[in-house]
Parts: sequence; structure tokens; C-alpha cells
Amino acid sequence: MNLSRRRVRAIIRKELRSYRRNASIVGAMGIVPLVFVLQPLVAVFAQSSSSSTVLSHRHELLYMLGIPALIPAALAAYAVVGERQQGTLEPVLSTPIRREELLLGKALAVLVPAVGVAYVVFGVFIGLVALFAHRGVASALIRGPDILAQIIFTPLLAAWSIWVGIAISTRASDLRVAQQLSILASLPTIALTTLISLDVIHPTLGLALALGAALLLANRLGWRIVSALFDRERLIVGAKG
Amino acid sequence: MKPALRNGATDGPALSADGLGKHFGERVAFEGVSFEIPYGEVFGFLGPNGAGKTTTVRTLGTLITPTSGSATVAGIPLTPENGIEIRRRIAIMPETPGVYERLSVLENLECFAELYEVTDPKARIESALRAVNLGERARDPCGALSKGLRQRVALARALLGDPEILFLDEPTAGLDPVASRDVHELIAGLGRRGVTIFLTTHRLEEAERLCDRVAILNTSLRTIGRPAELRDALFAKALTVRTVAPLAEPGSVFGGLPGVDGWRRDDGGAYVVAVSDAEVAAPAIARALVGADADVLSIGESRHSLEDVYLELIDEDREMGRR
Ligand SMILES: Nc1ncnc2c1ncn2[C@@H]1O[C@H](COP(=O)(O)OP(=O)(O)OP(=O)(O)O)[C@@H](O)[C@H]1O
Ligand SMILES: [Mg+2]
Repeated sequence: MNLSRRRVRAIIRKELRSYRRNASIVGAMGIVPLVFVLQPLVAVFAQSSSSSTVLSHRHELLYMLGIPALIPAALAAYAVVGERQQGTLEPVLSTPIRREELLLGKALAVLVPAVGVAYVVFGVFIGLVALFAHRGVASALIRGPDILAQIIFTPLLAAWSIWVGIAISTRASDLRVAQQLSILASLPTIALTTLISLDVIHPTLGLALALGAALLLANRLGWRIVSALFDRERLIVGAKG
Repeated sequence: MKPALRNGATDGPALSADGLGKHFGERVAFEGVSFEIPYGEVFGFLGPNGAGKTTTVRTLGTLITPTSGSATVAGIPLTPENGIEIRRRIAIMPETPGVYERLSVLENLECFAELYEVTDPKARIESALRAVNLGERARDPCGALSKGLRQRVALARALLGDPEILFLDEPTAGLDPVASRDVHELIAGLGRRGVTIFLTTHRLEEAERLCDRVAILNTSLRTIGRPAELRDALFAKALTVRTVAPLAEPGSVFGGLPGVDGWRRDDGGAYVVAVSDAEVAAPAIARALVGADADVLSIGESRHSLEDVYLELIDEDREMGRR
């Protein structure tokens, strides 16, 4: 199958333009990170240097992986059912676009801002800790492997949340329901990253590799499964919420 | 150059349907629809609300699959596998404009020019904007446009891909008279350039003026042909005779004249004379009236409009309890 990059790019561009002008989306992009940054900040700055041993068992950075897991959920849930409710899906589907192109464009348009925001928040957090936290706390917290895991898992987790959200969006008949379901569906992922960050599940290289491989596979399959779920006819003539 | 010639597909019809139908569960949206539309024809698709016009457009436009019959679109058999190939050659202006409200007119068109993979997007967008007279509003967000203006964006969008076949689902519904006239001119111009146009409308005078042929759909096809043919097939030809005073003995004036089949008086006091050949009958009637010393106001042909045809057929359906 030949995918048209041009069409995928057109979808991404159009989506990013609409997001930028949508206050509720911009707001959500700002609030979600705050939720995940507050607890680590408090933890770090409330600690004296003597308690850095406590922190050394925690992985505050990994806790913040909740950001890329949660941000995309609501956005991705909008992707199909939102357009459908707006009546803009029919014109798009009347063009020569393939559903795989449409869905990839939509997914990437969520991935880009979600990963961007997550990286910026991590960067700021690490900067703050390095500059202002006790030296012991900072060195206990900012660890090479954690940062590497952070960088690698951010897009993988975001993509997973996106495919789940879009899958829900293609089948839902109501936008709100889709968004709530999608956020709900991202909770297990967030629970997992939180348990790892608290060292309840011990993060090892083996675990990282296994999770990484699983996510890669899930994301590849996700695209296919969502494409299969995408039923042109039902989306055009089916009951709208 | 006729766009239709580009792909060398002018041999067969632009559109053909054979027993095409679609039902949603128990409900039949349309059924048994058959027609052939040659390239370059402006084809009017008329019918009352719920007749199945939009569903037919969506079916031919590959958005939904038919439940019976077959069709070819732009010379390509209508099958799910051919969807993309067909959509490359057609454009649909849907019943509701469906524009991205947060994007400007220009941004909306940019997006679709890319989706159609247009070779020179800038020029195409400009000419589409010009065609619908939206140049001045190009930078306005679509959310701030009136209903009619959005409709024009949707029309511009349908022009971007230089389609061989253009489906227009009620393109002038909600447009003001000047905008409607502009759209009519645009449609006529596209027709002259060889674009096949499939036009659904409730405005019968629009169909009569623009369309080479029309079909009347009421779940199934009721009739199809040139507007004038439909009129002649359905209504006997008649002349309307007006006199200053009622005729003393109309029966002896109109009776036995060449080309005259019968007569009656209508509610307005005029005589409606059924004729088989107006060119023979009219002079004979004039002579007879003069011979009878009647003061003639006018002798005119009774004009039946497409609207009369339409109402006649749909009323017939109602009486027969269809739909
Ligand atoms: N998704 C659907 N599910 C069930 N029935 C449907 C669906 N879509 C259309 N119909 C039915 O099919 C019939 C034809 O509908 P359609 O929209 O094609 O009519 P139309 O001729 O375009 O009417 P209008 O002039 O009002 O636009 C109607 O009876 C309609 O209720
Ligand atoms: Mg309709």
C-alpha cells in the first residue's frame, strides 16, 4: 500500500492549526503536566539532603511519564467522533484519502504536541532540580538511565494512548463519552509507570527492554487495528450522538 | 480541453446505474435506480424530502456501499476496492458544508488541495475562490461565515481537484438570489467545459434552466428525460383563449376545427383548448373566433413547467399510497 505523505502532512497541519486555536485543548495541555509535576517538586524540595537515600529508591522522573500517557487521551478521543459531530468527516472521506493516511495523520498530530510538552516539562523539572535542590537530592534524582528511559518511553507511551483513544473515537457516538473512556483507558498505563517510579515494580534493564518491545509492537498493531475499526459507512450514516 | 478527455475515458457514460438500491435495515432509501449519464451532461436529480437523493449521491460517491444493483462512476465499476480511484476523479459537495470552523477559508482549501494532491495548489485555490466569489473573505475563519458563505467554501472545495464528475447536493439551498445566480452560471460554465454534473435540488426552475436532463426520484425513479420531453409526455398540449366577453356558443366555435381535440373553460373564464398540433389549430381558432364576432384578448400556449410535471408525479404517488 502506497501511503501519500502529502495527505498525511495535510491532516497533521490542519489538526495542529485547529488545536492551537482551541482554548480548551491548550488548557488541557497545560494542566495535565502540572498535576504530574507538582508531587515530584514537593517531594524534592521538601527533602533535606540527608534524606536523599529515600529518594534514591524513587524514580520521580519516571512518575512524570504519566504526562505523555494522559495528554493524548482526550485529544485522540476527539479525532474521529469529534469531526463526525462537526460534520467535517464526510467531505474528508470524499477525497481520495485512505483511512490509514487519515488515522496516521491524526495520530501524529496528537503525538507531536504531547511529546513536545512532555519533553519541555521534563527539561524544566530537571533544570529546577539541578539548580535549586540540595546537591544530594539532585544527584540522587537525576540519573542517566532514568533520563534515557524518560526520553525513549515518552513517545512510546503517548503513541499507545493515542491508538487506544482513536480506537474509542472510531466506535463512539458521543464525544464526551469517548473522552471519558479514553482517559479511563490510560489509567492502567499511568498506574504502571507510577508503581515503577515508586519502586514497587523494580525498574531493570530487562523490564525496560520488554516494555519497550511490547509498546513498539502494540503501536504497530494499533494503527492496523484502528484502521480496521474505521468503518466509513457507519461513520457517515450511523446514528450520531 | 475537456477534463473528461484527460483520462481517455469518454467512450462510455460518465455515470451509469443498473438497478442500484440501498436500504438501511428495513428502510429502503432508494431502489431499482437505473440511468446512464454521458460525459459533460448536467443531470438534475429531483425528488421530495426523503426520496433518497442524498443516499444516491453518497452511494455513487463511494461513501456507502449499495445493497443492490451495480454502477460505474467515471468509467470505473463501483466496488469497494475502486473507491480511491473513483474518488480521484469526482468531487462531492455535500448537503451540509462541513468546513473546519477554526481554520480560515484559505486554510480549509489548502488542506483539501493537498488531500487531492493538486499539482499547483496556489493557483487552483485562487481560481476556486474566484469561481465562488470568496476572494475577499479568504482569510476569515470559517466559523465566522454565514451559512451561505460556508456553502460557497464547500463549493470551492469541490472544485479544487478538477473533477470529471461533480456531485452537488442542493448547492443553492440557502443562497441569496445573486449568489444562486452565480452558482447557476458556474454550473453552466462547468457543464460547457465538459464536467459532468449530478445536481440534486428542490428548485425546479433551477433544474429546468440548467439541466440537460432530469430524473425524478421517489424512492424509485419515476421518470427521466429532457424537461421539455417530460412535459409533453405528461401533459396534453393546449391553447388558452381569452375573450372580452364569454362566447355565446363556444361549442360551435371550437368544435370540428382542424387540430383541436376538445375544450373546457377554466376558473379564470378562459377557454383551454386541447390541441394535437398548435401550428394548425391556432390560426383556425383565430379565424373561427373572428367569424363568430368574438373580441379576442389573446391566444396563447399553455405552458406546463417542470414543476407541474413534478407535482403531478409526486401527487400520483401519494394517491397510490406509495411512500
Ligand atoms: N442512516 C440512515 N439510517 C436509516 N435510514 C436512513 C439513513 N439515512 C437515510 N435514511 C432514510 O433513507 C431515505 C432517504 O434519505 P435521503 O437523505 O437520501 O433523502 P433525500 O432525498 O436526500 O431527502 P432531502 O430532500 O430531505 O435531503 C429517508 O427515508 C431516510 O430516512
Ligand atoms: Mg438530501
